[in-house]
Amino acid sequence: MTAPADVTAALQSKFPQVTSRPSGDHPAFNVPASEVIAALKYLRDEFAYDFLVDITAVDWSADASPRFTVIWHLFSTTNHGYVRLASDCASDTEPVAPTATDLWPAANWHERETYDLLGVKFEKHPDLRRILMWDEYPYHPLRKDFPLAGIEVPLHDPEVAALTGASGKPAPMMGGPFVASSGEMNLTDAEPRAKDESWTESQVKPVSE
Amino acid sequence: MATEFAFPDNASKAESAASQEFQTEKMSLAMGPSHPSTHGVLRLQLDLDGEIVTKCDPILGYLHRGDEKIAENMTYNQFVPYTDRLDYLAPLASNVAYVIAVEKLAKLEVPERCQAIRVICTELARISAHLLGLGAYGIDVGAWAVFLYAFEEREKLYKLFEELTGARFTTSYTRIGGVARDVPEGWNGRVEAFCEQFLPILEETLTLLTRNKIFQDRTVGVGIISKQDAIAYGLTGPNLRGSGVAFDLRKDKPYSGYDKYEFDVPVGSKGDCFDRYLCRGEEMRQSVRIIRQAIKTFPSGKWYNEEAKKIFAPQKAKVLTSMEELINNFMIVTEGPQMPAGEVYFEGENPKGALGFFIVSKGGGVPWRMKIRSPSFCNLSILPLVCKGNLVSDVVSILGSLDFVMGECDR
Repeated sequence: MTAPADVTAALQSKFPQVTSRPSGDHPAFNVPASEVIAALKYLRDEFAYDFLVDITAVDWSADASPRFTVIWHLFSTTNHGYVRLASDCASDTEPVAPTATDLWPAANWHERETYDLLGVKFEKHPDLRRILMWDEYPYHPLRKDFPLAGIEVPLHDPEVAALTGASGKPAPMMGGPFVASSGEMNLTDAEPRAKDESWTESQVKPVSE
Repeated sequence: MATEFAFPDNASKAESAASQEFQTEKMSLAMGPSHPSTHGVLRLQLDLDGEIVTKCDPILGYLHRGDEKIAENMTYNQFVPYTDRLDYLAPLASNVAYVIAVEKLAKLEVPERCQAIRVICTELARISAHLLGLGAYGIDVGAWAVFLYAFEEREKLYKLFEELTGARFTTSYTRIGGVARDVPEGWNGRVEAFCEQFLPILEETLTLLTRNKIFQDRTVGVGIISKQDAIAYGLTGPNLRGSGVAFDLRKDKPYSGYDKYEFDVPVGSKGDCFDRYLCRGEEMRQSVRIIRQAIKTFPSGKWYNEEAKKIFAPQKAKVLTSMEELINNFMIVTEGPQMPAGEVYFEGENPKGALGFFIVSKGGGVPWRMKIRSPSFCNLSILPLVCKGNLVSDVVSILGSLDFVMGECDR
């Protein structure tokens, strides 16, 4: 699945800073943040990439720089091909990207989700609120420095929190299927079956009545 | 009020309500998260003027489990059961879409028999999901009987799923590079027998709605989505096709051997709730057509890729007798299948629309980032546009016609 050669050539002649991006399947391009919207518009109007499939971002780990890359996927309902645009965010701590809501209303929710989960702010977005987590939630959970188990947060409803004294606790991850480290605890302590010392190789396992 | 019994038309409805002499009251109404018509846990924050919706703000996230975060912390094989819980009305279809995405990353081709099994699975899942959509929609707009007809058929499908996968609901049937096991003996015949008896029942079920005056009053001309809006808001699946866009990934971007089968892609003409309903009805007939062809030309051979041994768990008998296989199995379980680095995006045509997986791999057994492009999420994003200016009772009708599932929307 290669790009129609003219798309690559045309995109690169119109935007000289656009470079080809390694990809396992569809044509992909690295685009500087300042030119993303113009490039998306150009692809939509000139090459019939009229369908915005997805907007998302990748966190390349807490120490990486550039840390965040925003990814756009477009599809053409007439030529039946995909194209992927990627743009690195200049700031590693306060990542920003331009909004595509003027081109596709579909971008609205995708950008809200990217902001919610990864903390990439989309400039001039008309309604940049969280969408999956609640509005007061303090973290961006898909960032790599956010632990899988979660971080303790106050309850969503302050009245209920005051009444019950409860809070949102991290999930107990011990013994789960996860590849991530299960924390400080020794695995033998974490796995209850391993603690059963009532039987060994020399001593037969007791049969339960 | 003369317009009361006229053909439903949103503009004139809003106008007539506004011009009435009685005073309307503005209010804000939280519809959901536990409202029967929201089919799960969706909350619509509605601003009302009398009975007319002036603003609709969907609040999501009640079912957010952080599937993408979880995916980053487990091996590719381990994530298969989580795909059951995306669109839990058609788990087999989600299973298939996920493994094809990973196979694309691993550059694996599966044998024809495996492809055919996957096609049959996806289409059975589509029938099952559309039946539920139909039944639930019937209840939403006041036609109870349809639900009972639909669920009787779904029960038969569940029996077939159970025989094939061992589970009725959470199937987890596919593996990277294949499927968990071959089809049981005689299963294809039973699928064919199901299709045989299903078609007349489907016709009967659809007759309960298609020419039903009440159903037509609730759906015809309600919630019209134009072709342009449908594309601009990223709608996919029957919702997009109901608006007249003949976009179907099975035709436009064939995968898993869909190009070998003959089928039609139904499209609507008006883009209203009724058109979306009709599209789903026709899609079930087309699914039966595909299943019959797949069974007729069911290939022999392996149901998994031999090359996928490093990814696909080795045969149990070999693990117990061969040292190499045992070591291999151990490595797969502890470190996960070793994948090349790269970025791939694949989306499959699921019952609800295009379910996409964008996988960023840095190599190794765990994805670095996996984004799930959920069709229900995108389909719901048009709600603020399409609900505005409608009656509250029409919101119920629109929600039912969009046929979303929150497990997939919130991920």
